[in-house]
Amino acid sequence: MTYEKLLEKTALEDDRFIVMTAENRALVRNLPTSLGNRFIDTGITEQTMLGAAAGLALRGRKPVVHALSAFLTMRAFEFTRTSVGIANLPVKLSSFIPGVLSDGNGPTHQAIEDISIMRGIPGMEVFAPADEEDLVEMLPQIWATENPSYVRINTRPAIMKHKPYVFGKAEHIFEGKDCTILTYGFMLEESVKAHQLLSDLGYQVGLVNLRNLKPFDGDLISKLATQTSCFITIEDHFLTGGLFSILAEYLVKNQILIPTHSIAFEDRWFKPGRLSEVLIHEGLDAKSLVEKIQKFIQK
Amino acid sequence: MMNEEKLVQLQQFAKRVRNHIVPMASDGGCFLGASLSAVDLLTYLYVDHLNLHKGNLKDENRDYLFLSKGHDVPALYGIFAELGWIEADRLKNHLSTEDHIYWHPNRNIPGVEFHSGSLGQLPSVSIGVAMDIIIRGGENRVYCVMGDGELNEGSCWEAFLVANAYKLDNLTFIIDRNNFQANMATEDLIPLESLVEKFESFGMMTQRIDGHDFMALEKAFSNIKGQTGAQVIICDTVRGKGLPSIEARADRWFCNFSQPEIQELLVELNEGFGANLVAETLVVR
Repeated sequence: MTYEKLLEKTALEDDRFIVMTAENRALVRNLPTSLGNRFIDTGITEQTMLGAAAGLALRGRKPVVHALSAFLTMRAFEFTRTSVGIANLPVKLSSFIPGVLSDGNGPTHQAIEDISIMRGIPGMEVFAPADEEDLVEMLPQIWATENPSYVRINTRPAIMKHKPYVFGKAEHIFEGKDCTILTYGFMLEESVKAHQLLSDLGYQVGLVNLRNLKPFDGDLISKLATQTSCFITIEDHFLTGGLFSILAEYLVKNQILIPTHSIAFEDRWFKPGRLSEVLIHEGLDAKSLVEKIQKFIQK
Repeated sequence: MMNEEKLVQLQQFAKRVRNHIVPMASDGGCFLGASLSAVDLLTYLYVDHLNLHKGNLKDENRDYLFLSKGHDVPALYGIFAELGWIEADRLKNHLSTEDHIYWHPNRNIPGVEFHSGSLGQLPSVSIGVAMDIIIRGGENRVYCVMGDGELNEGSCWEAFLVANAYKLDNLTFIIDRNNFQANMATEDLIPLESLVEKFESFGMMTQRIDGHDFMALEKAFSNIKGQTGAQVIICDTVRGKGLPSIEARADRWFCNFSQPEIQELLVELNEGFGANLVAETLVVR
C-alpha cells in the first residue's frame, strides 16, 4: 500500500481526519477528489496551515498536514510549538524530503535539524520510517495517538521485509558483538548495504532501525549495551540534537558507559546534487560507511 | 436600534469591568492601557451579541471568540467575573502561581477558547475553527479580536489571504485600533493606514466604527450576517479609555502602580477626578 492510499483509507474510515497541505501535493495528489472538503490546501502558507490545523483539532479533528520538511519545521515552527504544542493537539505532521532526500535543492531545503527541533516540543512524538513499507506499517499507530506527531516521510521502495511495528519500539534487525549500528529513516538503506559488506569481511555487526526518536527505545539500548562492543549512530542530520544527542542523553542519564561513535553532519550543510552523488560526496554511501565503521571498531 | 435602557446597562457593565481591571495593574502589574481600550467592544460582544453563556461554554454550536492580542486579558477576565463564569474574588489571584490568572489567556479559565500571547497566532487558529464549522454545516460564528500593533506580524496577512480564499463568511476579524503598539504610536513606527483600503483589497467587507460606542457596535455587528466572505470591523479606540491620566500615552503600555495610585485611579474612573500619579511606575517590557 502507498502512503497516499493509506491516508485516503484512514480518512474515509474516520471523519476526524482532515488532509491539509501548504501546496505540497506530491504525496496527496488524488485526495481532493475522494475527500472533498476534508482536503484543504492553504497555499504556500505553512504558518497559517499549522494554525488552522490547531483550530480544526480544537473542534475534534485530526489534521494530517503536509509541507516540505524545511518549511514545515522551521517556517511554521512557532505555530507548531505554540498553537499545536502548548495545547497538545493531535495534529499529525507529514514532512516531505527530510534529510538527504532534499538532494539537489540546496541548503534552503535541507532539513537536517528537524529531529532536534521537533523533539524539543513537549508532547511531540517524532518518527522516521526507513522506507514506504515501514512508513505504512507505522502510520496507523502514529495517527492513532491523541498527541501531535512529526514524521519524516520516506516513500522509497522497501529494501527489506520489516517486522511488525510496536509503538515506541525500535526494529532490531541484526545482533553483533563487534559494534551495533543505530540508524533511522533513509540511512537504513545504506546501513543495510554496509552491514552486508562488513559481514563479508568477517565482522559481527548489529543493526537497529530506530523507527521512533521520541519516544526513544531506551530499553533496547540498555540491553544492547551489555551485548555489543560499541554503538555507531548513522544519521542524515546535524550531529547536534539528533540521534547521537538522544543516545548520549540516555547513556549519561542511565550511567551506561560504552564507546559511542557518530556519523552525521558536523556543523555544515551538505553538498547538493543527485542523491547517489550526495551520499558519496558526504561519505554516507555504504562503501564509505564501511571504511569509517572499520576504523571505529579498531579503535 | 438599541434602546436607552440597554445602552445604560452596557455602559454600567463596562464600568464594573474597568473596576475589575484597574487593581490588576499593581503588585506585578498588567497591560492596563490595551485592556481598557478593548473593554467596550468585548462587553458588547459578550453581553449582547455572542451565542455564548455559562451553560454552553463547551457546546459545539456556540460562537467562538478568540482573543488574539492576548495581553488585554484583564478585560476578558473582568467580563467573565461580571458574567459569573469565574468568581470575582479570583481576580485577586492575579500572578499567583496558585491560579492561572496571568498576563496572557489560557484555557484553564472557563470561557477562554485558546491561549494567546504570541501575536499573529490566532487569526489562523480562528480560520481552522471557522473551516470546521462550515464543513459540518454549522450556523455558529467565529470572532477574532486583534490588536492594531499585531498587524505588523506577517502571519496576520497570510491568514487574511486564506480566509478570503476559503470565503469564510462565518469569521469576523475585529481590530482594536487604539493607535499604539508597545512603545510607540503605530503611525510613528510602522504606519498601518489606510487600514480600510488594505482590508478591502484583501477581499473582506470592512467597517470602521467608534469602538466605545455601543450603538455603533450593534449596528456594525448586525451588518456582518449574510456576507459572502470574512469580514473586518475596525474599532477606533483609546488606549487607557476611562482613565484620562493614562489615556493615549505611549509610556503607559505595561503599568505597575502602587496601591495608593490604584486607589487614585479608581477614584478617577468612578468620580472623574484626575489621579495624582507620583511614583515612577513605568515598567519597560
